[in-house]
Amino acid sequence: MEDLLREYLPILIFLGIAVALGIVLILAAVVLAVRNPDPEKVSAYECGFNAFDDARMKFDSRFYLVAILFIIFDLEIAFLFPWAVAFGDLNLVGFWSMMVFLAVLTIGFAYEWKKGALEWE
Amino acid sequence: MTVAAFAFYVFAITVVTSGLFVVVSKNPVHSVLWLILSFLSSAGLFVLLGAEFVAMLLVIVYVGAVAVLFLFVVMMLDVDFAELKGEMAKYVPIAGLIGVVLLMQLTMVLGVWEFADGATDLRAAVAPAIEDVQNTRALGNLIYDDYIYLFQASGLILLVAMIGAIVLTLRHRPDVKRQNVVAQMHRDPAKAMEIIDVKPGQGL
Repeated sequence: MEDLLREYLPILIFLGIAVALGIVLILAAVVLAVRNPDPEKVSAYECGFNAFDDARMKFDSRFYLVAILFIIFDLEIAFLFPWAVAFGDLNLVGFWSMMVFLAVLTIGFAYEWKKGALEWE
Repeated sequence: MTVAAFAFYVFAITVVTSGLFVVVSKNPVHSVLWLILSFLSSAGLFVLLGAEFVAMLLVIVYVGAVAVLFLFVVMMLDVDFAELKGEMAKYVPIAGLIGVVLLMQLTMVLGVWEFADGATDLRAAVAPAIEDVQNTRALGNLIYDDYIYLFQASGLILLVAMIGAIVLTLRHRPDVKRQNVVAQMHRDPAKAMEIIDVKPGQGL
């Protein structure tokens, strides 16, 4: 347990440095930067002309579909990790159960390819 | 105080505070960002417990994918903040009531919490010591063989989720022209263009 945590110590140190650097940069901007705002400077602009619309507009739901498909394959990969690590210890049942799992998801993949869910139009 | 204990307190405090900010922040996008912070800190807590695989999974799946999905949902909602604030006051009594009921239920559950006699031994028996086997490998030895039905069921759930998402959200627009790569590659220049010999003064 101690050894395991010692391996993670550099990551902890990097996290600390990252947080400290972020705070220092924000504070430096607060303390050092010249601030002289006027209404024109702080208003939203689009390359010289007035903004057409609010930035909070509705998204196309196709972005959402792509994100969901990404999550599903992400989870599939997550299941592959322990399988790959324990591959040497696994028996035939373990091997073929993963093959069936992959086959099931390949069916899904073929379905979404055929349906054109991966194409943007 | 050791470094591990210090890290535990830092991560735990971050989880609790960011969880609080998820609830109280006015802007839903900020809520999602606080949620990401709390996921990351709980990944740190899992590492401190020695559960590396779960920690990395939390970072990959929850921070990488689920949080992005939440952001999409929040952005798709077309939120009107002024209206949201006005609506909020209307729901405060019922929300408070639900909160109190939940709190009472939780205290009742925790009040009668008892460990079964063999529970601790059982838990110790399943997981091998971290010094002997890494926990990713320990998981791999378990789920593909001993828990094969649950593993296959999770595969089927993923399949259902995939098909469901496609059925619910995919709509084809017939008016959009698509690129057909095969048709483009099999296009024959000789057939695509025709040279007509027009006699002078006649036209076509």
